[in-house]
Amino acid sequence: MQEWANQLCENRQFGSKMTDSKYFTTTKKGEIFELKAELNSDKKEKKKEAVKKVIASMTVGKDVSALFPDVVNCMQTDNLELKKLVYLYLMNYAKSQPDMAIMAVNTFVKDCEDPNPLIRALAVRTMGCIRVDKITEYLCEPLRKCLKDEDPYVRKTAAVCVAKLHDINAQLVEDQGFLDTLKDLISDSNPMVVANAVAALSEIAESHPNSNLLDLNPQTINKLLTALNECTEWGQIFILDCLANYTPRDDRESQSICERVTPRLSHANSAVVLSAVKVLMKFMEMLPKDLDYYGTLLKKLAPPLVTLLSAEPELQYVALRNINLIVQRRPEILKHEMKVFFVKYNDPIYVKLEKLDIMIRLASQANIAQVLAELKEYATEVDVDFVRKAVRAIGRCAIKVEQSAERCVSTLLDLIQTKVNYVVQEAIVVIKDIFRKYPNKYESVIATLCENLDSLDEPEARAAMIWIVGEYAERIDNADELLESFLEGFHDESTQVQLQLLTAIVKLFLKKPTETQELVQQVLSLATQDSDNPDLRDRGYIYWRLLSTDPVAAKEVVLAEKPLISEETDLIEPTLLEELICHIGTLASVYHKPPSAFVEGSRGVQHKRLPGSAGSGESVESPDTGSAAGVSEAPPAVIPSQGDLLGDLLNLDLTPPTTTGPPPPSSGMQMGAMDLLGGGLDSLMGDESEPLGGDLGGSPAMGAGFGAPPAAMPASFTAPVSGGLDDLFDLGGGVGMPMGAYSPPKTVWLPAMKAKGLEISGTFARRAGVIQMEMTLTNKAMSVMTDFAIQFNRNSFGLAPAGPLQVLTPLSPNQSIEVTLPLNTVGPVMKMEPLNNLQVAVKNNIDVFYFSCQYPISMLFVEDGKMERQVFLATWKDIPNDNESQFQIKDCHLNSDAASNKLQGSNIFTIAKRTVEGQDMLYQSMKLTNGIWVLAELRVQAGNPNYTISLKCRAPEVSQCVFQSYEAVLKN
Amino acid sequence: MIGGLFIYNHKGEVLISRVYRDDIGRNAVDAFRVNIIHARQQVRSPVTNIAHTSFFHAKRSNIWLAAATKQNVIMVFESLYKMCDVMAAYFGKISEDCWTPKENTVLTGNILDFGYPQNSETGALKTFITQQGVKSQITSQVTGQIGWRREGIKYRRNELFLDVLESVNLLMSPQGQVLSTNVSGRVVMKSYLSGMPECKFGMNDKIVIEKQGKGGRSEDGGKSSKQSIAIDDCTFHHCVRLSKFDSERSISFIPPDGEYELMRYRTTKDIILPFRVIPLVREVGRTKLEVKVVIKSNFKSSLLAQKIEVHIPTPLNTSGVQLICMKGKAKYKASENAIIWKIKRMAEMEESQISAEIKLLPTNDKKKWTRPPLSMNFEVRYLKVFESKLNYSDHDVIKWFVTSDEVESTRCAADAAGADEKKEGCPVTSSSSSSLLLFLLSAL
Repeated sequence: MQEWANQLCENRQFGSKMTDSKYFTTTKKGEIFELKAELNSDKKEKKKEAVKKVIASMTVGKDVSALFPDVVNCMQTDNLELKKLVYLYLMNYAKSQPDMAIMAVNTFVKDCEDPNPLIRALAVRTMGCIRVDKITEYLCEPLRKCLKDEDPYVRKTAAVCVAKLHDINAQLVEDQGFLDTLKDLISDSNPMVVANAVAALSEIAESHPNSNLLDLNPQTINKLLTALNECTEWGQIFILDCLANYTPRDDRESQSICERVTPRLSHANSAVVLSAVKVLMKFMEMLPKDLDYYGTLLKKLAPPLVTLLSAEPELQYVALRNINLIVQRRPEILKHEMKVFFVKYNDPIYVKLEKLDIMIRLASQANIAQVLAELKEYATEVDVDFVRKAVRAIGRCAIKVEQSAERCVSTLLDLIQTKVNYVVQEAIVVIKDIFRKYPNKYESVIATLCENLDSLDEPEARAAMIWIVGEYAERIDNADELLESFLEGFHDESTQVQLQLLTAIVKLFLKKPTETQELVQQVLSLATQDSDNPDLRDRGYIYWRLLSTDPVAAKEVVLAEKPLISEETDLIEPTLLEELICHIGTLASVYHKPPSAFVEGSRGVQHKRLPGSAGSGESVESPDTGSAAGVSEAPPAVIPSQGDLLGDLLNLDLTPPTTTGPPPPSSGMQMGAMDLLGGGLDSLMGDESEPLGGDLGGSPAMGAGFGAPPAAMPASFTAPVSGGLDDLFDLGGGVGMPMGAYSPPKTVWLPAMKAKGLEISGTFARRAGVIQMEMTLTNKAMSVMTDFAIQFNRNSFGLAPAGPLQVLTPLSPNQSIEVTLPLNTVGPVMKMEPLNNLQVAVKNNIDVFYFSCQYPISMLFVEDGKMERQVFLATWKDIPNDNESQFQIKDCHLNSDAASNKLQGSNIFTIAKRTVEGQDMLYQSMKLTNGIWVLAELRVQAGNPNYTISLKCRAPEVSQCVFQSYEAVLKN
Repeated sequence: MIGGLFIYNHKGEVLISRVYRDDIGRNAVDAFRVNIIHARQQVRSPVTNIAHTSFFHAKRSNIWLAAATKQNVIMVFESLYKMCDVMAAYFGKISEDCWTPKENTVLTGNILDFGYPQNSETGALKTFITQQGVKSQITSQVTGQIGWRREGIKYRRNELFLDVLESVNLLMSPQGQVLSTNVSGRVVMKSYLSGMPECKFGMNDKIVIEKQGKGGRSEDGGKSSKQSIAIDDCTFHHCVRLSKFDSERSISFIPPDGEYELMRYRTTKDIILPFRVIPLVREVGRTKLEVKVVIKSNFKSSLLAQKIEVHIPTPLNTSGVQLICMKGKAKYKASENAIIWKIKRMAEMEESQISAEIKLLPTNDKKKWTRPPLSMNFEVRYLKVFESKLNYSDHDVIKWFVTSDEVESTRCAADAAGADEKKEGCPVTSSSSSSLLLFLLSAL
């Protein structure tokens, strides 16, 4: 029948060509029709040509699905080339014609038994690509055979096919036991089969986060390492990526793996090199730092990374993004390689920008002169973005390397002299940052800045300039005129500038009240009455009321001393950094975002972490608890910044149901940047959005990241970066306040028998910001006691009585008296052992008595010990890991919120909270009276009464005391 | 893994579109074209995310290659490059014609399976294309340990060619201070050898590889004699046994057939610049530019530089150039926007000079001329082959020449003021080109 039809077709075609061409070659049907005829031709050559034509049409996007049955008919051929073409066609169209695809099944099954291994492999590869449910069940048998095929080429193809099948029907793969067969293939004799099996298993494992598919143990690792030397470059990558998921049992094992992986650093394929770097970076965490090998490894890492920079530009970009991560984690690797990051004339712009970023990260006192000379050069280039970034970089250098600040400022002034508009504006923005970092040092340049007032047309630059004028109003003679000139077009300005102008004029008024009363009234009415912007209105009203009720308070608020800005503004949050280090060489490392941020579905959402370091020499028994064991220098987890913040705010437990209404609808980013300028409100509101603004501006990578906010985000949260939510957050934290500081019960400090009848018991407390020593004096002697006086020995924190001991009435026998002695911390300082030891001398009419007592260090936590998130983040990073100490608090049955409230009562402030896998992580800060900051990470696992606390402090000695206070406060 | 592979011509017409995974929709092809190929602005990154799909792209001689994925994949640029290499090897060059259905089915099918890169050995893939269904060892070859070479290769004359190509990169400040120099060298081999020859290179004793890590950088210079040559890093072709290199410092391999890049190396120490180039640029008014370039050779007396070619970029609005040169020939090439100055040979300590008067069209373009760097190429031939030391048994002819090809890349300072300024750098050679000569080649 079919044959007859074919013939008919041919006859017709023949006829059409010879006799009546018009009849058949209508343009629409013609081509397909002709192909159909040719496909059914008897001649093999003709058939082959026809299939080629079909494929050609298919490739350029024409729809040739109508030819499905005809093409499938050509499938049964022993011509390999023709077969390949037909298979290609099938892959493309089977899905659109599932019923007809069944027609092909028989041939597939037959081909899987073909004596030619190429055909067997081709059949099994193609079958996997036909994503039709009905076909999958026919696929199982041939696949099972092919997995055990004698030819390695077929086996390696079949291994991938399991992954394909799993993608279509995961259940089927499990039921048929393919996973076990795949696991067996890891021990295959052929390295390529091993590599593909590893690749397939890794991928399947990603969608089963908890299954133990890739059961990595020392034996399999050994097999993989052997295969590593023998398989293709791509196989090496699969194996290395898989190795990176393994957690070695101890440092010796990790060293031996490192040793076997390092030769890969000399591979010509940069993807292999990056994967090897990933494995090494990860396993290096486990090596003790004093080990010789650790140093050797660090040295070995630098050359290959530098070599990557002479590859093709795309690869350079990938390498640079990865180096950016590596430099943040282990700056020592590349600290001598500054020169290789100098920008070349013919680098593509994306390479230039990345190089610039790394240059700043590597900048140090040793190389700053060279870096500055380069940056100055870049600032005269043509690409606007690049020039801007270079100018900004000069500012960042000034902030990072104090010694260079002066040179940076003069470089910036030189650049301002060029009068190139965008250069001037960018320079002014960074000079403002420099002013904030080094107040009262470079004000001499203000005059030069003021000359360029007219050329500023970008909001950020205008806002920066206004901030400078407001901040230094007392030194600028015509500050009022300058600000007034801005005020004329108030309503045309962007919110950022408006807010800044408002604050600047209020500052001016507070500094020069006599001449500027009119100006301030004008701006307040503009802000409050004529503006639709709630942020602006609110700020206006606050100022207004402050000024009208208590100008002195207003001065304190508006002109308060501003916290210094942190050195590194765009560091990646440590936990994210750790995760990204585990993803070196993958897409995540290029985006600087965790895979969950850009991969949909369940795949890749597992969070990877670096292994904890093993204490030198001793092995950690279970890899899972590796990070918790002993003093861990690893996971310093700090507040999420940037992208994570969104998610985090959503996680926040906004307990008080009576929040202050929906967050202001204004643009969050502008608000953030606004506060960067140090508006007077900062101190009032404890605003934390400030460095965030700087961040968003400073890192171009985030720009891409913010491009597509998750669609599922509730509407009200679309602007959570703004100060608004931060304030809510503050409220949330503050609700539990009234608990007050914890003070331990009184203990006997001086027993009566030692002091001729005077018994003193006492405690310390902090009430309303004042440290108090509360004592009960009991007279157990027979005579009256009078003339009490008290003195302290020198102590660690300079505690001293703020006044005389007030015991007015003589103390008669058997009488007790309660005395409260206010203390200050301005006394002489001497380090005590233990740190919180206090030696006291009490005198009365009988004698002088000495005793010593220990005060809880929490008494010394001051009320303004709440660090800004960003500062916290930077500080946490900045403090060397050696200063971190970890403690366990046992048997504490509070949940994290209660704990946080309780701690807040003792001036231990929770800055952020994160929940990771049921574990609440509280990030807390406290400040001692002598200005020492202590940062803490408190981990609370629901249902587990044992807390883990990590403390970081520049003065690590205090950690022990702080821990004791924690314990005391929490358990009370 | 890679979800889709798309190849376009320069107009954005699809040459190949292969979708390996379901998560990549058919519209991804268009998304890339619209957002990248037809994008108005300059492309800011080779990795882009468009509508939740990540695209890696690279452009090679008018062909756009793009890989699309929705997962967190390893970097696939290498496989895109490899695909180009394979194309180039198969067709001689990369052009639109390369992507005919027959070849591309075979190629893309074997290079990537389900988005996993599989095989990128040119030799093996060539066999795949010519494969006609006859029984062969191809399957065991590509999966075996020596995937890059097939068995049973026979040559009447066994030959091995070794080219050392070095490019010297120099970065110089506007004040003429050398900021950084490095030599990156490539050892390119052409082997026409029978059977499965095991080749072995020994490293000359004078070569110190810093990776040994024992000495550390600062000590290195002090300890070793002046003769030693420090190589910062080297990378090898896939065929080289890396673990052997790591442990024994010997480069041993079974070579692929034909031409391939055996190794790359990079060195930054003790680089003696073979030439000094001193450019003088003077802007005379708005429509005239005077350029004077002096080159001085600066190498050992035993050497001779040949085929020297200096590339002097000119502004885009050049209307005419007048050239005077004492030695060699010079020509202005409008298509390249550059003056090409060729000198046949130069001996040691010679000096040569060219002056050019460039007439400019007046333009309103406010953009400054970016002053691209000068570049220079030359060859140094070493013909010292110690044949007696080569114990290659089959045939006794080994041709061996070394080319030194230097490219200089200097950043120009652009001083807007019209006054005369000095700038630019000098290319360069390295001490290391001679170092490689001291490799002892022994093909066993």
